Amino acid sequence: MPNVLNMVKFSDEKLKKVDAIIARYPAGKQKSALLPILHLAQEEFGGWLSVETMDYVATILKIEPIEVYEVATFYSMYNLKPVGRYMFEVCQTGPCMLKGSDDIIGYIQKKLGIGVGETTPDGLFSLKTVECLGACGYAPMMQLGKNFREHLTPEKVDQIIEECRRTAAANN
Amino acid sequence: MGRKLLLEKANVPGIRGFEVYRREGGYASVEKALRNMTPDQVTEEVKKSGLRGRGGAGFPTGMKWSFLAKPEGVPRYLVCNADESEPGTFKDRYLMEFLPHLLIEGLVVSSYALGSKATYIYIRGEYAWIPDILEAAIEEARAAGFVGKNILGTGFDCEIYVHRGAGAYICGEETALIESLEGKRGNPRIKPPFPAVKGVWDCPTVVNNVETLAAVVPIINIGGEEYAKIGVGKSTGTKLISACGNINKPGVFEIDMTISVEEFIYSDEYCGGIANGKRLKACIPGGSSVPILPANLLLKTVKGEKRMMNYESLSDGGFPKGSMMGSGGFIVLDEDQCVVRHTLTLARFYRHESCGQCSPCREGTGWMEKILKNIETGKGKKSDIDLLWDIQRKIEGNTICPLGDAAAWPVAAAIRHFRDEFEWHVENPQECLVRNFGLAHYADPLEVTA
Ligand SMILES: Cc1cc2nc3c(=O)[nH]c(=O)nc-3n(C[C@H](O)[C@H](O)[C@H](O)COP(=O)(O)O)c2cc1C
Ligand code: SF4
Ligand code: FES
Repeated sequence: MPNVLNMVKFSDEKLKKVDAIIARYPAGKQKSALLPILHLAQEEFGGWLSVETMDYVATILKIEPIEVYEVATFYSMYNLKPVGRYMFEVCQTGPCMLKGSDDIIGYIQKKLGIGVGETTPDGLFSLKTVECLGACGYAPMMQLGKNFREHLTPEKVDQIIEECRRTAAANN
Repeated sequence: MGRKLLLEKANVPGIRGFEVYRREGGYASVEKALRNMTPDQVTEEVKKSGLRGRGGAGFPTGMKWSFLAKPEGVPRYLVCNADESEPGTFKDRYLMEFLPHLLIEGLVVSSYALGSKATYIYIRGEYAWIPDILEAAIEEARAAGFVGKNILGTGFDCEIYVHRGAGAYICGEETALIESLEGKRGNPRIKPPFPAVKGVWDCPTVVNNVETLAAVVPIINIGGEEYAKIGVGKSTGTKLISACGNINKPGVFEIDMTISVEEFIYSDEYCGGIANGKRLKACIPGGSSVPILPANLLLKTVKGEKRMMNYESLSDGGFPKGSMMGSGGFIVLDEDQCVVRHTLTLARFYRHESCGQCSPCREGTGWMEKILKNIETGKGKKSDIDLLWDIQRKIEGNTICPLGDAAAWPVAAAIRHFRDEFEWHVENPQECLVRNFGLAHYADPLEVTA
């Protein structure tokens, strides 16, 4: 067994952030910091939560690993397996459906050549359908990273894909 | 134009920042409350205002506050519910994004009334860019002495923290939210004990919606009695409505609850009519959990009166012939939309969001989704419609939290008002794949309008 703590570790700067998050809650209630710290861990360690990452978070919060697994498996925003660099999370609930979200999902599938729940072979894009994200008036919409992309049309989807490809190329 | 209390200043350039917000009269309610009023007097004003919870249940806020237990030496907490995940609802997001200081101001005054020295905003994880906006506002308010230690030199301390959820509708239910704030799965608790006695970290807790807490600001500014004069009957003050679906002007509107549903849909000040010149088929007026109404019953009550945009009128006729104000998520369907398909997406939503603790909810939501999917794709039987009806009845009232009811009601209402559309799907398994049922036998809305 490799030493997990060597593979997954927050930088000193991030550890400061972790401490600041824990300090929001009363003494002894550091478990309350679990959700925010899992978000931070997911951002830091490749966009998903491996068992190593979850175990590491457990040691930080001085709780049992099972307490982390329980939570990570409950909430839809935690990815339990690797995902593409850009994850298109398209809403498919009623109000978005009324505005054509099914067509947008179909268009993205065709354009990227992947199905829902899949990732492109180059690891760049994943497609996921999600339930109402609170943007019903600006439908159809999707979440991309931290932000929402709203009023989607096929043209807009093309632009977003281009934009992602460009940023990826620039950062490589 | 109706009176605006929350969004009055929404279009002032720079209102997101402290300086402009303050120049426009912001934080006056904090000065007034902390300097000139006792905490109980603040609660008293909220009681007088008649303010009802804006998160969906409509429970009187002042009364809720007065239930908060106050044992010696035990901290009390105010938690702001910003989980906003009910399909059709996006009003709290608007407030937080564009008027963050209004919420912070409301939180400070409410925390003072309740004696909360650490107040948490539980925000849905998907609103990932909003915590930065809120935290910036908190820091600005702190720098000006409105948040933190010894606020305005009055000796009152109050910290405000933003806590991000991670994708779970159920965490909007207040006891699930508390579990989630404690770093656990969002499984609702069995009540009693109620949060007012035993909430977060076993301490007395009040959970209120974003809009509810923002409304405390104008209540303190103009006084509870003045606030109560706006609106009608037990629907006092103003309400934010987030309108979506097949309308010309989707968005967030503030109404004073004296306008009719018809005016709300057709007037240019609000939804601007049905998009693409289509006709109105149906509407879910208060978020996905409340009953859908066909156009005729939406615009007029069974008594033939104009239906108004307020708590009483929207629920006039009870569940068989009315609906609810709910969270103010106003979803409009035009004549081309399929009620079966729409109901299927809602059933899928509730199945996805069930926490799984109670078998009627866990199993029932999945079962309803499956049957609806069959009907929608031309594989349904006539008996399926009765089976659906039966399942929803067995969920309702038999679960730990109201998510079970919330899953049952949309299905019940869809069958109640649109049974012919369900039957048409079953009887026309091929045709239903290529076209929708249309307006059906419902009164032509234009006729109703005339
Ligand atoms: C399944 C479910 C989801 C809920 N979601 C929310 C929500 O997202 N936001 C909210 O304010 N209240 C929500 N509520 C209502 C809360 O339980 C609680 O009544 C509310 O936050 C109280 O605040 P209020 O009195 O100010 O409305 C939900 C309730 C249930 C049963
Ligand atoms: S009704 Fe559904 S969501 Fe609520 S506690 Fe039971 S299983 Fe969980
Ligand atoms: S239904 Fe898609 S954002 Fe609400």
